Formats: sequence, structure tokens, C-alpha cells
Amino acid sequence: MANETPGLDQRDVAFDAKFFRYGFLAMMVFFIAVPFVNQAAGRDLIYLVFLMKVLCFGLFACAFNLLLGYGGLLSFGHAMFLGMAGYFSAHLAKVGLQFDQVTLFKVSIPLSVHLPPFSTELAILVSTAATGVLGLLVGLLAIRRQGIYFAMITLALAQMIFFYCLQAPFTGGEDGIQSVPRGKLLGMIDLTNNTAMYYFVLAVFTFGFLLIYRTVHSPFGQVLKAIKENEPRAISLGYQTERYKLLAFVLSATLAGLAGATKAIVFQLASLTDVHWSMSGEVVLMTLLGGMGTIFGPVAGSFVIMAMENYLSNLGAWVTITQGIVFVICVLAFRRGIVGELEALLRRRLTFRQFLFEVFAFRHHKRARDKKRG
Amino acid sequence: MKWQMKTLALAAAMAVAGSAFAQAKKDEKKEEDKISGGVVKIGVLNDQSSLYADLGGQGSVLAVKMAIADFNAAKNGLKVEVIFADHQNKPDVGSQIASKWIDSEGVDMIIDTPNSGVALAVNQVVRDKKKVFINSGAASSDLTGAKCSPNTIHWTYDTWMLANGTGSAIVKNGGDTWFFLTADYAFGHALERDTEAVVLKNGGKVLGKVRHPLNTQDFSSFLLQAQSSKAKIVGLANAGGDTSNSIKQAAEFGIVKGGQNLAGLLVFLTDVHALGLEKAQGLIFTETFYWDQNDASRAFTKRFAAANGGKYPTMVHAGVYAGTLHYLKAVAALKSDDGTDVVAQMKKTPTDDPLFGKGTIRADGRKIHPAYLFEVKKPSESKGPYDYYKLKATIPADQAFRPLKDGGCELVK
Amino acid sequence: MDQIFGIPINAFMGQLLIGLINGSFYALLSLGLAVIFGLLNIINFTHGAQYMMGAFGAYFLLNKLGLNYWWALFVVPILVGATGVVIERFMLSKLYKLDHLYGLLLTFGLALIIEGIFRNEFGSAGLPYSMPSQLEGGHNLGFMFLPNYRGWVIGASLVVCIGTWLLIEKTKLGAYLRAATENPKMVEAFGVNVPRMITLTYGFGVALAALAGVFAAPIYQVSPQMGSSLIIVVFAVVVIGGMGSILGAVITGFGLGIIEGLTKVFYPEASNTVIFVIMAIVLMIRPQGLFGQR
Repeated sequence: MANETPGLDQRDVAFDAKFFRYGFLAMMVFFIAVPFVNQAAGRDLIYLVFLMKVLCFGLFACAFNLLLGYGGLLSFGHAMFLGMAGYFSAHLAKVGLQFDQVTLFKVSIPLSVHLPPFSTELAILVSTAATGVLGLLVGLLAIRRQGIYFAMITLALAQMIFFYCLQAPFTGGEDGIQSVPRGKLLGMIDLTNNTAMYYFVLAVFTFGFLLIYRTVHSPFGQVLKAIKENEPRAISLGYQTERYKLLAFVLSATLAGLAGATKAIVFQLASLTDVHWSMSGEVVLMTLLGGMGTIFGPVAGSFVIMAMENYLSNLGAWVTITQGIVFVICVLAFRRGIVGELEALLRRRLTFRQFLFEVFAFRHHKRARDKKRG
Repeated sequence: MKWQMKTLALAAAMAVAGSAFAQAKKDEKKEEDKISGGVVKIGVLNDQSSLYADLGGQGSVLAVKMAIADFNAAKNGLKVEVIFADHQNKPDVGSQIASKWIDSEGVDMIIDTPNSGVALAVNQVVRDKKKVFINSGAASSDLTGAKCSPNTIHWTYDTWMLANGTGSAIVKNGGDTWFFLTADYAFGHALERDTEAVVLKNGGKVLGKVRHPLNTQDFSSFLLQAQSSKAKIVGLANAGGDTSNSIKQAAEFGIVKGGQNLAGLLVFLTDVHALGLEKAQGLIFTETFYWDQNDASRAFTKRFAAANGGKYPTMVHAGVYAGTLHYLKAVAALKSDDGTDVVAQMKKTPTDDPLFGKGTIRADGRKIHPAYLFEVKKPSESKGPYDYYKLKATIPADQAFRPLKDGGCELVK
Repeated sequence: MDQIFGIPINAFMGQLLIGLINGSFYALLSLGLAVIFGLLNIINFTHGAQYMMGAFGAYFLLNKLGLNYWWALFVVPILVGATGVVIERFMLSKLYKLDHLYGLLLTFGLALIIEGIFRNEFGSAGLPYSMPSQLEGGHNLGFMFLPNYRGWVIGASLVVCIGTWLLIEKTKLGAYLRAATENPKMVEAFGVNVPRMITLTYGFGVALAALAGVFAAPIYQVSPQMGSSLIIVVFAVVVIGGMGSILGAVITGFGLGIIEGLTKVFYPEASNTVIFVIMAIVLMIRPQGLFGQR
């Protein structure tokens, strides 16, 4: 998104560090406290399974944001990484690796592998790595084009993966892989307990989240941003931009895979939903709504979208319509997203009234336009 | 990074404490009232917005409400509530709603749930939490086979019954050569495999088959292959939009006019309605309920349609109605809504309702009733709205469903 | 020789023709996308929904106003095109100064809204639409039975495609259009109302989608989700063709229709993925697409 980079122009490092520090603290306190609050209240104020889903999709959206918000690459097929990782980890945790031959396009190669079901953490690790390899293959193809073409290519490749998952025997077609055991973490902690599972998911999420934060603020992340701002200039500075983009793509795919693999364990199933192209659209929506190019945005977006899906679920088709409307509003008037707007508010220490005026008069957009003209 | 590490250490410590805490809580679970919360709460979990919204959707909620009214719950000393949700055809959404309903909203029974993927996920959740799951909308015969559960009853239909009913009845009526048009995924394969077995068993022949990808828009090249096979029957082992599109284009290519017949393996009233008689005429398929069967079904339909914007009930709606009725009877008899007990009670007592008549529920959770082979009328034969089917054959209850011993259900000794 | 690759040559010819018919839908849709992309630089994700609106439009004209198929061919593209004009005026036009990706995102959101509304109103099973009586029946061509309607679709879409190509390549209006694609400021300086031209172009592209929808109504199920799965295939078609030329979009559309048709005979399991595989191969060899310029 070369032309519109909300808030980046007057980035001030000290503010960023402070914003991240307090934001991270607030987020962790919230997520850690929920089970205790539920316990104290004696009922589920916030349902833990719901929060686990928010965390999984939050990580997924953060991984996606690494590519879009910091690398300027809009992938419209990220569901393939989420979904494939889910299939991998569900299959590994339930069946292990059991096959006598590998069949590709009707050609069978005898190859006998018999491994018993993997432990939970191993299943997640292996499937995350496998998704990284998939990300490498897709990335090699997709980064050959930029912008809109990149989006369409990733979409088309994801559709191909979807049809593969639909037909491949190991995915169970529309039944999916069901009754996946949650197992025991490191053979000790019983994950069938929702609270234990929740803290495990929170740990996975935190790991992924901090990894993304480190990446963005590393020299690699800076080059990535430079490519996003102006690729020809980055090339003329001697950077092999294709390599950087590919690495970002692989990293993003791997972390999306981590989210998908964990999600399959949480819900004890892997299904076609997560490889379908509408899931790719949903993650774009989460990132856009939360604020692309902001570190917390995707998490906030995931929270709002999942809450919509969950609490509007008796509205039927209105869920889709509402999502569409949110999309349109975000694109037309709210391009910084929730966290982006919040950041802008804090950064400039506006009064609440000024803030409302800012948001609703769309002044910053006008100003951005004027700046470009002038 | 120091403070980050601190936060993380704190998180880890709290995680361990939290899980120990939760473990402790589990042990001190209290003895509950006979009727949990004093209310029997029924959750309709189905597709309200997409592919299966017409055959279940809000109609199923209506069917549950009608069953509650007809049962006269108040007189029987029961307080019954209904809630519903859209699972959006996503198994994770379905499983999450089901467990939330049971954990924090006191839902005792979940009903309908089309889409095999979602149904199997809910089947697992309900089993783990020992409540009741009455499925009407999903086709997978695994629900009473390999994945059967002491807490699940599969009411209306399944793939085995569709394949068997349609296959055997058609072969007996002279349709002994078949060509399959199969959706290329597990569901289509299962339908094709089961039907083919039945066709061969009854002395028929399969001349060929072609696998088409899911959600194919254009069937013409597959239909040309079916046409040149000269098979008497073209079996459509697919569902929903694929079935509609293949029927519509078969009419265009003159398949039926050329003397071949189409056999739909999964067709609902809503599909025929969407196609119109012009295109659907001559189509043969199996269902377990049709609104115009007898006075009781007509009376039900009249009330149902009046409250459902003039749309007539499908067999899924009928199954939801009858399932709720039988469930409430069992709860009233036991004066308890304990899931496992209620399902046992439901299996023990014969069923009797205005829509499916008298029947039974087997040990594997399979509801047993007759199935009917229907043919779609010509436009000239139809006398009014939704007057679409004529009865070709009745498959008696004891032959309609998969024999108990063949399912591989662990509940069957 | 009466066999080709183990398939009777008659059947082979039949499949070839069928492929051509499907190709005409791809061609019409990718043509609309190419026209819009050419001037607006926007990938119109709403295209599938607008195609669906075209089919529904034909249904409404017939059942609510009693206007038959032939009326629908003219009225529906104009009506749906008009909704496109509204979308362009009030939404898309606000985004031209931004990255093109925002256009994609906006139209994606619009597609969700339109599909959701239709699903809410008409259910998902779809609606019946009968074939116009003049085009019922068919001819036995010796090697296959060709329904008259299919013959009509192939002819009509060829005419539309060639007509559009002539309009853009050979007329003065087309010259303005092409010039505005290159340098809108310059064209504006010559006194051409570029914003209005952009609006009308979008309307025209949308109208093409709606026309394809009307063509589809008698043979495909008229249902809310009919466009959403098709549009992704059309995207792949567009990537393969490259957005360079109108003619490229048309030729790729027809060509891929044929390839897909043949796959349905030789390896039907892959018929949904073959276009994506071709896309991958084209990207490796010629990233800008078959007809695209660097």
C-alpha cells in the first residue's frame, strides 16, 4: 500500500516503544486474567473456547499483517496455510504418518512410512514446518508479480489447494478430520482441560506475536518497509528485494501455519472451512478493521470479527452482510483501523472532541490528498 | 526485553495455577436437579444463511416450536425453551456454539444440524458432555456407524438409505443399466459406492461413471458422456447446486426426452421447487416424508406453511418436529433431562407421531421408518402449489436402513 | 481415423464445442474485468455478484413484469450497469488516489453484501428460469446433440466480444478511452470529461457481467452463490491472459474453456484445477501473462 501509510510519516520511536510496552502489558493482563474472573464470577463471562479462537485467529491475522502491513503484499489466499496446517496437525495427532506409497497425478511411488500418532507439541511443530515449505513453494510463484496480480495469484493457488483438500483421502472431504485428541503437553499437562488448553494457546500466541514484533523491528523488517515504500529505490540501494519478499512470505505462512495447527488441536477438528477462500477474505477484514501495519491491530480485529461471528450467529445471512458493510466502511472512511486511530489519538494527545471530529470529518484523508497534490 | 520475560514468567506461573484450580473445581461438581435449571432447553443448530438454509433454517425452529405446542408441555409439567444459531457450515463454529450452549447456557438437547462435517463435530461435543443430539439434516451414515454415540439419534435419512432405496427400487422397476455422475469428494464417493453395490446385487449393471469436481457449473460434457453410454438410468451422486445444475442441463440436452431417466440420490423438496417441474419432471429419488401423504401430514403442512411464509416443509423439518416430540415424551416420562438416560428412554419406547407414523429407534441411534421412492410429476399433472411428487414404491421400514450389524457401531453387541 | 487419444473422434468434437461454449462465459466475464481494469486499474471483485444479479434480473423481468428473455438481454445489462454507475460514483471514485488494492478490498466487501442480501431474500436453493421457447430443442450435428440455446450463446457472445474490441480499438470513443488509460491529465486537457468516461466504463464492464448472467439464467441454476466460485476461475483466466489487451482476454477465455472441456474427458478429477495449473506454468515462463506487456 505504497501511497497510504497511515501514521507512518511522523513515526516517533520513543512513542512506539511506549505504546507497545503498555499495550502488550494490558493485553497480557487481560488474557491471563479472564479464567480467574470467570472463576470468581462462577460463570463464563467470556467463554474460553471463544477466546482461544480469538487468539488463534489473532496470530493468523498478525502473520498476515506482517506481509500486508509491513511488506505491502496483499495475499488473498492465506487460508491455505491456516487450513493445511490444521489438516497436518490433526492428522499427525490422530493417526500419525501411515502410508505405503505416495501418489501424485495417478503415479504411485512405493514409500513405506509408519509412525504412530504424534504428541501434541510435536504435531504442531512438524505441521508448522510443513506449512513453511508450502509457503516457500507458493511464494516462489507468487512474488513474481506485484500488487493486484499478487493478490489474484495467491487467490487462485489457494483455490487449487482447496480442491486438493476436498478430494484428497486424508482430509476426509467435507467431514473433515474429527475427534482429534488434544493429548498431554510434554506428557504432563492434560490439555482436555479447557483452562490448561487456553494457557497453552496463549503461550503459543505470545511466542508468535513477539516473534513478529522482533522481525518488524529488526534490520530485516526495516528493509521490508523500505521495499513497501519504494521498491525501485530499494533495488537501487543494492537490496535483493525478491529475497526479502520471499522470506517475509515464508515467515508469514509459517506463523499462519502455527495458528492453524494450534486451532485444529483446540477444536479437535480440521475442516474445509479453513482452506476456503472466504477465510482468506476474513483475515483481510480482521487486519483492515484492526489496523494494518499496527502491531496490535490484527488481534483487535480478530476479537471483533470473532465476536460478530459468535454473537450475531442467530442473524443468519446478516453476518455476511455485516461483514461486507464493515469492509466497505473500513476502506472508505476508516483506513487506519481501530488500533491505528487509537494510536493517532494518543500520539497527538487530542481531546476526545477533536478526536471525534478527526474520525468523522475524515480530515486526515483530505489532508493526505492535499499533501499529495501540493 | 527484561520486562517481557517477566510478563511471560508470570503468565506461565498463572497458567499452571489456573489449570490446577480448574482441575480441583471439576471434582466438586454438585449433584444436579432432575431437570437441569428447571427448564428443558432445546437448541436448533443449523445453517440459517447458506446452502442448507432452505431445507432446515428457520423452518426447523418453527418445527420445534410446533412440536412443543403439540406436546402441550405445560400440561405435562415441563417448561421448554428454544434457542437457535447459525453454524455457517463451519465445523469449528458449530462445535464452539454447541459446547458454549451446554457449558454456559444450560442447553439439554441440540437438534437438526445439516452438513456432515458440522454434525460429526457436534456429535463429539454432545457425547463428551453427555447431552442429547437429534440429527435430522445431515446425511452421513457414520453418525450411526463408526462414529455412533450413546447420546445421538439420527432421525430422518442417511446416505445408505438413499443409495439403497433409490438403487434397489429402480432396478426392480426395470432400470437395470446405470451411469453415475459423481461429485468428486467423500460424500459423492460414498453415495456412488453404496448405490453401485445395491444395483449390482439386484442384477443391474453399471456402464460407466464420471467424477466431477464439487460446485461445477457446467455439466454438459459429463452429460454427453452419460448420453453416449446409453444407460437407462443416470444416477446423480451429488447434492445441492450440483444436482440442480445437472438436472437443468440434462433437460437441455434432451436426456430425459431421449429415453434415459435421472435418478437423484439426494434431492429435497426445495430442490424440486427451485428447478420447477418443467426441468425436474421424471426425476426419481427417495425421501422419507412428503407433505401430501395423508391427512395428518397435510394438516401439519397447512399450519407449517402458514407460519413459514407459504414454504412447505421438507423431510428435514418433519424429522425435527417428530424428533422433538419424541424427546419431550421421554423427558416427561423420566421427569429428568439427563442426556444419556433420555436417549436410552427414547430408544426403549416405540415412536409414534403424525408425520412418520409408528416406528422405533435402534441401539445405534438410527430411527427406523419406511422410505418412499418418488417421481417428479409432469407440469400437466400438478394441481396446486408444491404438488410435485407421485409415489412409485414404498420401501418397508425393515429394509429401508442399513442392517444393524453392518454399521460397525460400538454400541451394538 | 475414428479415434483420437482413445476417444471416438465424434465425442472429441463434441467436447471441443462444449468447451468453446464454456469459454464464451469466461471470455465475456474476463472481457468485462479487462475493460474495467484497463481504465480504472481496479480488479472488480464484485464481478461475480454482478453476473449473479444479471441472472436474477432476468428472473424478475419474467416473473414480476412479464418481460421475456429477449427484453432481459437489453434491459438487465442497463439496469445492473446503472447500479455499477452508482457504486463507481459514490464509492470507487473516492479511492483512485490510493493504492489499487483498496479498490479490490472495497469490491470484495460489496460482493459480500450483495450476495448476503440475495441469499437473505431468495434463499440459497435458487430460482427456476425457463428457456425462451424460440431456442428450445436442438440439432443433431452428427457428432453430438447441440441444444439450440448453446449455439445461440456461442454466437451472441462472439458478437459482443468482437463488438467491444472494435469499439475500443477502432472508434474515436475507444481512442479517448485508451488515451485516458495512458495519461488522464492530458486527455482532460483536450476537453474530454474523464471522470464521466471512467464512470461509464465501469458501468459498461458491469453490464457485460450482467449480460453473461442473463445468458446463464436458462442453463445454470439461478442462485446467489452462482458467481462467487466462477469469479476466481475468471481471475486465473485474467492472470494467464495478462491484462494487456482486450483481444487477449477474449482469446484466453475461449482457449481455456476448450482446455477445461478436454480435461473433463481425459482427466475429469482435475477439471477444476487445470486452469490454476496452467496459471502456475504461465507465471513461471512468462510472468506478465500471454498477452501482457512488461
